[in-house]
Amino acid sequence: MSSVHTTTAASAASARSVKQAGGGGLVMRGRLPEMWVGLGLVLAPFVLPAIGMSPDLLTRILILGLFGLGFDLLFGYTGLLSFGQAAFFGTGGFVTAYLLTDGVVGNMLLALAIGTVVAAVTGLLIGYLTLRRTGIYFAMSTLAFGEMFFFMENSVFKEYTGGENGIAGVPSPEIALGFIHIKVSSGWPMYWFVALVFFVGYLIARRIVRSPFGAVLKAIQGNPKRAMALGHAIQSYKLMVFVVAAAYGGLAGGLLGLFQSYMPPDAFSLDTSAQLVIQTVMGGAGTLLGPLLGATIWLYLYDGLQQIGSLGPYWKLILGVVFVVLVTVFRRGVAGALIQFWQRTRTLPAHIDADASSKVASVLDIVPPLATTRPGAPVLEARGVSKHYGGLKANSDIDFTLREGELHGVIGPNGAGKSTFFAMLAGELPTTTGKVFFRGQEITGIGVTSVCQLGMSKSYQINQLFEHLTVRQNMMIPVLARLRGRYRSDLLRSLHSDHLDSQVNAAIALVDLSHHADTQVSEMSYGEKRRLEIGLALATGANVLLFDEPLAGLGPEERVLVVALLKSIRQGRSMVIVEHDMDAMFELAERITVLYEGRKLTEGTPDEIRRDPSVQAAYLGGMDDESA
Amino acid sequence: MSLFFSQLFNGLTTGLLLALISTGLTIIYGTLGVINFAHGALFVVGGYAGYTVYGLTDSFVLALAGGSAVALACGLVMERGLMRKFYSRPPEDQILVTFGLSIILIEIIRGIYGGVSLSVSPPEWGMGIARIGSLIYPMYRLETLAIAAVTLLVLYFILYRTSLGLVVRAGIEDAQMVDALGINIKRAFLVVFGLGAMAAGFAGVVNSPIVALTPDMGFRYLVESFVVVVIGGVGSFPGAIVGGIIAGEILSLTAMVNPQYSDVMLFVAMALVLVFRPQGLMGQEGRE
Repeated sequence: MSSVHTTTAASAASARSVKQAGGGGLVMRGRLPEMWVGLGLVLAPFVLPAIGMSPDLLTRILILGLFGLGFDLLFGYTGLLSFGQAAFFGTGGFVTAYLLTDGVVGNMLLALAIGTVVAAVTGLLIGYLTLRRTGIYFAMSTLAFGEMFFFMENSVFKEYTGGENGIAGVPSPEIALGFIHIKVSSGWPMYWFVALVFFVGYLIARRIVRSPFGAVLKAIQGNPKRAMALGHAIQSYKLMVFVVAAAYGGLAGGLLGLFQSYMPPDAFSLDTSAQLVIQTVMGGAGTLLGPLLGATIWLYLYDGLQQIGSLGPYWKLILGVVFVVLVTVFRRGVAGALIQFWQRTRTLPAHIDADASSKVASVLDIVPPLATTRPGAPVLEARGVSKHYGGLKANSDIDFTLREGELHGVIGPNGAGKSTFFAMLAGELPTTTGKVFFRGQEITGIGVTSVCQLGMSKSYQINQLFEHLTVRQNMMIPVLARLRGRYRSDLLRSLHSDHLDSQVNAAIALVDLSHHADTQVSEMSYGEKRRLEIGLALATGANVLLFDEPLAGLGPEERVLVVALLKSIRQGRSMVIVEHDMDAMFELAERITVLYEGRKLTEGTPDEIRRDPSVQAAYLGGMDDESA
Repeated sequence: MSLFFSQLFNGLTTGLLLALISTGLTIIYGTLGVINFAHGALFVVGGYAGYTVYGLTDSFVLALAGGSAVALACGLVMERGLMRKFYSRPPEDQILVTFGLSIILIEIIRGIYGGVSLSVSPPEWGMGIARIGSLIYPMYRLETLAIAAVTLLVLYFILYRTSLGLVVRAGIEDAQMVDALGINIKRAFLVVFGLGAMAAGFAGVVNSPIVALTPDMGFRYLVESFVVVVIGGVGSFPGAIVGGIIAGEILSLTAMVNPQYSDVMLFVAMALVLVFRPQGLMGQEGRE
């Protein structure tokens, strides 16, 4: 995405006027990175040999760069660090090499395609197994599966792969498409062939990054739990991007065999996976071209150090030191550092999304409630809900009803079990006993994603935002979930549509952040973040909203703003609010439920609650004296 | 039938050795929440340091002490110099930095000792063979069983039956609070990281008479200890032992049928655990 920013930043000031003047200039600007990459690939053979780069070296860099495009989608954009990509590189490579060498498939392009598909299917299987856990578990299990393939190459599949010998004599590629017939010989022709494949791979990866699918991937990287709570089935997204990365790996592996006329068994080795990780981190994850840059540094450094006789044996040590320094200081690699430098020198707002339409919808859509609902009917019901952690009873036997159109408050002293109760209402926590119903449908423990898709959303006590994205990009995530459902494979569609943008703008305007639409969230004040937090819940289109301490930590001015906001959004929505701020609660709520020591103490109108002696006692600590 | 029993027993010794190799990994993860990708490299560092001490002193006991001490020193330097800055960073960053450190350590070893494999002969008290009933078994492997068992027991007591273990486990929950109570939590973290590194180095020396030393063996053992802890449950001390024994038996019993398949079977077992019990056999739900 960063490469997108650079070009849009350059044109930021004029972007909107250009858009209004006519689409032509905009299309050009939006495609600028593609043009630069294409130009670079064409010019490389005329420029780079001057600094000692041979066609073979360039071809090898492009193969690794192609491998890295897929991995960057997986790691740089989605945050999934896999150490087992060699499994797909090897699978694609050996399938392609076997088909061509044994003459099963004569057509080189068909063999490449089959190799890619087999690698993708392998990715589906391994992804299904490894994505069950995240973080360190994912890194460890992908690494172990990678090793499993390395051993299988030399045992189960030895007959086909040649075991330790690999597959030699892969025929040199011939492009046969019926009407044309080109024999690709080694050297520059091979470079052109691989460069073409790389370019197509790059165009596809760019489209994915700029699609609705890509927007969700970035949200998953930033805050997977919130992405899930906003209605996206993140497991499906992760699996799909894992498969895409595997396909890129398979294609790159196939090209390696064609390029070398030999498929080496160490394509499957841990070194291959490790090299991919290192080159991506060095070049810059999350930039698409970072892996290519990293591969260039890696291979050029290797060649260069070999020529300085005494340093040759230590090239990997030097590489290791460089790697550790980059991870510690420049987490976004060389490309990331360059982009940052570029943005600083231009002193322009870096994050403006020039493609976004400036239309604002007059109202933010709300998921329509069921046709059968009428005012006063129960919307959200908890029946005898309890939550026990071992011996600790956080909630015991709570009954609760929210009626259509109502604003219902939940109060209680610290430790009364409000947050636990709220989490169970929102479908985040399974109940120990008892059930939760949403418009008559049981939703106990069906999960936050499903709850959100039904039309209920929660705003969190501690902000759960996508800090590395802009306000606009944040607000897109819930709107995308409403427009697209739990999951959709729209990898190649473009992100923006007038409907999406007008809804996103309406949501941003509702929480009064329009002037900050293109600001990165991490740069905003706490009060502004707080409003965005509420805005995310609203933008899901939910007609039932749960607010967990919406006023927590706000100054007096921001507090007035948020109370006014909460009042203004009541039309068409039912709400539950947990809050410590009693004044605000008595001002807002129509009914109030009081929790005390994990139980429901009482329920009534604000006036009844204010006068209730048991409530006063609970807050003043009198209850403890009684029970003691 | 006797072949089966002999392989079963062989699996047990391999298994306890694998458990010993994996404990350092699981100790550091279970207490600090960091997965140390340099664990295999520390194992190699210990093995080579032990080799040098053994060559100089001709005493395997001193070699064990020397190998552990050098790995401990590496661990302490790593923690002080870098890891401390990474506790609050995402797990991916921790993985990357330890992975980078492992490259550095292994390349330093390669620079000093060269890339060829070095074989270490067992100590005098480990020469010869032992007879257990009808089984004939190399003496050193039998002793390995005992060494591994005793070491695991000692580590268990240090971590779960001393105040150090308590402090560290409390520190994982809330480092600031423990710090506020006047306990030097940073030092406790340092000690744990050092202990994990030392365990890896110790295992490296114990293993060296069984498998010849090469700089690249580190990654192989890193992967095997991953399999062990994934099967047993990452961060679970008993899990490392159960996982180690299961892995040892799989390697040993499959080798009886077809040695080429033994590594593959190991990963099949891991896949099965991931499908049916993703948190590992002894692992707890909820901890990622």
